[in-house]
Amino acid sequence: MRSQLTTKAKVFLAIVFVILYAPIFYLIFYSFNSGGSMGSFEGFTLEHYQAVFDDNRLLVILINTVIVALLSALIATIIGTLGAIGIVSLKDSKIRNTVLSLNNILIVSPDVVIGASFLILFTMIGVKLGFTSVLISHIAFSIPIVVLMVLPKILEMNTNLIDAALDLGANRRDVLTRVMIPYIKPGILAGFFMAVTYSLDDFAVTFFVTGNGFSTLSVEIYSMARAGISLTVNAISGLVFIVTVGIVVMYYFITMRSKKTEGSTQ
Amino acid sequence: MKFKSKPAFVPYLLWIALFVIAPIGLILYYSMLDLNGEFTLVNYKNFFTSAYLTMTLTSFWYALIITFFTLIISYPTAYLLTKTKHKHLWLMLIIIPSWINLLLKTYAFIGIFGLYGPVNAIMKLLGFDSTQILFTDFSFVFVAVYIFIPFMIIPIFNALDKMNPSLIYASRDLGASPLTTFRRVIFPLTIEGVKSGIQVTFIPALSLFMITRLIAGNKVITLGTAIEQQFLVAQNWGMGSTIAVFLILIMFAIMLFTRTKKKGGRA
Repeated sequence: MRSQLTTKAKVFLAIVFVILYAPIFYLIFYSFNSGGSMGSFEGFTLEHYQAVFDDNRLLVILINTVIVALLSALIATIIGTLGAIGIVSLKDSKIRNTVLSLNNILIVSPDVVIGASFLILFTMIGVKLGFTSVLISHIAFSIPIVVLMVLPKILEMNTNLIDAALDLGANRRDVLTRVMIPYIKPGILAGFFMAVTYSLDDFAVTFFVTGNGFSTLSVEIYSMARAGISLTVNAISGLVFIVTVGIVVMYYFITMRSKKTEGSTQ
Repeated sequence: MKFKSKPAFVPYLLWIALFVIAPIGLILYYSMLDLNGEFTLVNYKNFFTSAYLTMTLTSFWYALIITFFTLIISYPTAYLLTKTKHKHLWLMLIIIPSWINLLLKTYAFIGIFGLYGPVNAIMKLLGFDSTQILFTDFSFVFVAVYIFIPFMIIPIFNALDKMNPSLIYASRDLGASPLTTFRRVIFPLTIEGVKSGIQVTFIPALSLFMITRLIAGNKVITLGTAIEQQFLVAQNWGMGSTIAVFLILIMFAIMLFTRTKKKGGRA
């Protein structure tokens, strides 16, 4: 059935790929520029990377970004996974659908609306803007995506497994930790990775709920970019690209491995 | 399922109450407050003045253009991707750029479209005068389309991938031209993917504010820009909330319009 792509089709695909990658490689290319602009390349240098590592403020921001991403993803994964299990155990299909619709609201909501509404919420309940408000927001917008990644795994699980475990005298905690979680682990991992990416990529929500004195990478790049071109940002993008590709490769291998083990058990 | 664990479900329900229901309620409540915190409907009255209505229409128009261009680039790309060998690897390569921080990609275009950037250099080689591409409608639409392409490709790719190829052979055997096959068979069968693609493009396109600030130089004002302006610059949370209420209403309308039919035996 595999029809060979025509030359025209190949050219079209190639153009799309070039356009998608060009800006990223353009940024990385100029991160090695000894001149001060993204217009003319004067000579090779690593000084902009040096500048990133010499700038304590920037390093703190990088560490903050990673901490918020990992911590929020971890907490969101726990709440989301338990939430997904809870949703499945809901008997009334009307209630279940309502909960699912509520779950999806934050995914389709525009970032600006989420940011603004969280800002009102934090101000009303008296959460100080800064690390805490950013962390809570990231947990909040990551939970629905975790639920969506875990839910299909629970639904495809054979319920007899749980009944069998219960009949054999397992208590609820055993069922959860020994039967369910190992089975739905690929979904949980996918949810965790998605949550990390969501958190690392978020700008709009963080921009609303971050106060003075706390910043993440996105917010910092925004203020640097507003001030004009700074090749330090290019160096950051080079580092971010390497980390991103690393995460993608890791994610790819994890999903491949879980697919393989799934295949061998069937 | 016999298995139940009620206490473990509580944090999730709390999350729904606190971060899904409460924020919508708060936005509604604040939309009815004026600058002094007095209860009023003046924000709604203001929204229906020509300035805000024009802005809403422009925002809509830009979102339409952005969605249109994203679709006409993404559909053929997704279609051709399903025809490649190792199609999932190629899809992965399309997705990778979407994982790079949005701000960095936007920042790149400040350089690319700049007066001394590569686009202007090429224009000069071709004999044109260098022009300011940055801070124009064109640069705004281009960058937005660039950012949304991967998000549009994924659902369309999945829809195309699920389609049974024998339907296409059947259509060809019955004498349909490639165009008719596409119009009558392929496109209707993948319309759900297109709808989700439109949903993930159109709604964010209405609320972009960082791209308008960095690339369009405050010339383009979308609903998102206006909300950010009211909340963080003008400190008028009431008016900001009112605009947000309309954005939420539009969002629900789009969701109804692009709702996927999962049940039923049409497909």
